Amino acid sequence: MEAQNLSKNYGSFTALSDLNLKIEGAKCVGFLGPNGAGKTTTLKIFTDMIRATKGKAMINDITVHENKRAALEHCGTLIESPEIYPSFTPKEALSFIAEIRGIPRAERSKRIDNALAEVKMEEWKDKKVGKFSKGMKQRINIASALLSEPDLIILDEPTTGLDPRGMAEVRDIVKSLKKRNRLIFMSSHLLPEVSDVCDEVAMIDHGKLLVYDTLSNVISRFSGDGSSTIIEAGFSKPIDDRITGIVSKAQGVISVEKMDSRNLKLKFAGGMEVQERLLEDLVSMRIGIISFRASGSALEDTYLNLIKDTL
Amino acid sequence: MQQQKESIPPAASLEGNKLPTSIGQVGIIAKYEILNYFRSRRFLILLAITLIIALALTVAIAYYGASSLAGSPLNALGFYAGWYSFAPTLIVVFCSVFFGGDAISGEFQNKTGYFLVGNPIRRSSIYIGKWIAAFLASLIIMGVYTAVTVVNGLYYLGTNIPSQYGEALVFTLVYLIAGLGFTFLFSSLFKSSSYSILVTIILLLFGFSIIDTLVTNLAHVEPWFSLSYGSGIVSNVFTVPYPPHQTSLTFGPGGGGGGAGLVQYIATIPEGLMIMLGYFVVTSILGLLLFERKEFN
Repeated sequence: MEAQNLSKNYGSFTALSDLNLKIEGAKCVGFLGPNGAGKTTTLKIFTDMIRATKGKAMINDITVHENKRAALEHCGTLIESPEIYPSFTPKEALSFIAEIRGIPRAERSKRIDNALAEVKMEEWKDKKVGKFSKGMKQRINIASALLSEPDLIILDEPTTGLDPRGMAEVRDIVKSLKKRNRLIFMSSHLLPEVSDVCDEVAMIDHGKLLVYDTLSNVISRFSGDGSSTIIEAGFSKPIDDRITGIVSKAQGVISVEKMDSRNLKLKFAGGMEVQERLLEDLVSMRIGIISFRASGSALEDTYLNLIKDTL
Repeated sequence: MQQQKESIPPAASLEGNKLPTSIGQVGIIAKYEILNYFRSRRFLILLAITLIIALALTVAIAYYGASSLAGSPLNALGFYAGWYSFAPTLIVVFCSVFFGGDAISGEFQNKTGYFLVGNPIRRSSIYIGKWIAAFLASLIIMGVYTAVTVVNGLYYLGTNIPSQYGEALVFTLVYLIAGLGFTFLFSSLFKSSSYSILVTIILLLFGFSIIDTLVTNLAHVEPWFSLSYGSGIVSNVFTVPYPPHQTSLTFGPGGGGGGAGLVQYIATIPEGLMIMLGYFVVTSILGLLLFERKEFN
């Protein structure tokens, strides 16, 4: 998918300004930005829900606005939180989309059952949607986006309205889609969610793209003072002063902060090579390290640094 | 901005998927819209209203006798004209408003459009499919009223059905087509269902009639641009011979041109058909263009 000089004005307000972004491959790209940054505007232009004032939104080299049918044929979308006719059952709602998308009659029922199973809604397939909670409807919407097994999936804050379990399930779905060679472009406000499932991030503010790169590059470039990285390390036993002391003396470590009884937050200088060596060192110290991963708050630091800079 | 390119194996997706043609998608939209109508309260309410009107007439005629409607001896034209003077144009207005009033605006207000529009389907297919569904649902309602009319006619008059009744049915269908085109236009214009329903019901029930009266009596101009003027052929067709296109009435002192005068215009059948079909074509094109341009924001 590619945005070429994509701009959108609402009167004198510029929602999107010359956005250029090209995303290819099988991966998950997180689309981040504060409220009103232009995320949903971008996704709506890509699904022809609104028109660009200037520029093009293209999917598979086809301009969406000029040939929506061809452009979206291999693309599943979920924009905001759509409502479904209350008199329909999930099965009927998905049959509707299956027919629109030309899923063969012989496969339709199986695909619908699979999609409903994926979002854990198979038990509700014959109940009227009108009585569903917001979260249940959102699950049906996600099933609808996955139904035709598209190559590209555009998700606009897909976990909206879902409870923590639902959010975790959506993250699992996204991860499994990546394994099946799909490209997922997902906007979200939930930075831990993006850290967990996305390989790359695009950040946008005031309608302008601030950065598009791999998650690790973005974090290492923009978190903290730009020269340090934050890692969360988990331990199999309670952390005492001895362990904290050992870790803080490891090569490259700038600071150590105890998050709770079994987790430390490490700030160290350097890139991935230093990170790799640090992990080796910590393992060799035999102090009970059991997990070592980029801090959830690292992306938050990055986000806040980038967004702050544009205020 | 950085761009990344990588070689990936093709996704094992879309095996066997074949996007239907746009016309095929129109049929799918119509099919599911009708399903939605059948389960909706509004369809049942309109069906109930139609049945109440038809059954009330049936009971009234049974009680007062067919001659109260068809004269004595029984006159088939009078009987069917009597039935037709009561409800069909009103039912057309109700059908147009009930099924067309929020057909498009509801997609924006209720956010049901978000479920559909992000799929590979042209907005014109959605618009036309919804229009067809509204037309078919209206046909069912009209069909119920027609069936009760014909059953009563067969009971009291046998198979003596005047040709004017057939013409009136055709004209009613043309009026329905025009009415739905009109309501779909306003449904595309507004994002609020309440506004679109309110505006169309006011215009169809009172607005056009008031405009007709004002334009005819004050400006002495034939209201050829009014839908209600064109739809007058639905009931006028029962008058034999068909009423003159223009009638001048003079009243008050000073006859011979000195009194006050009124001019009454009656649309001829070709004129009425042209007006209604014109309404359908113009409002449908405008409504479709509006829907195509309307943004989901």
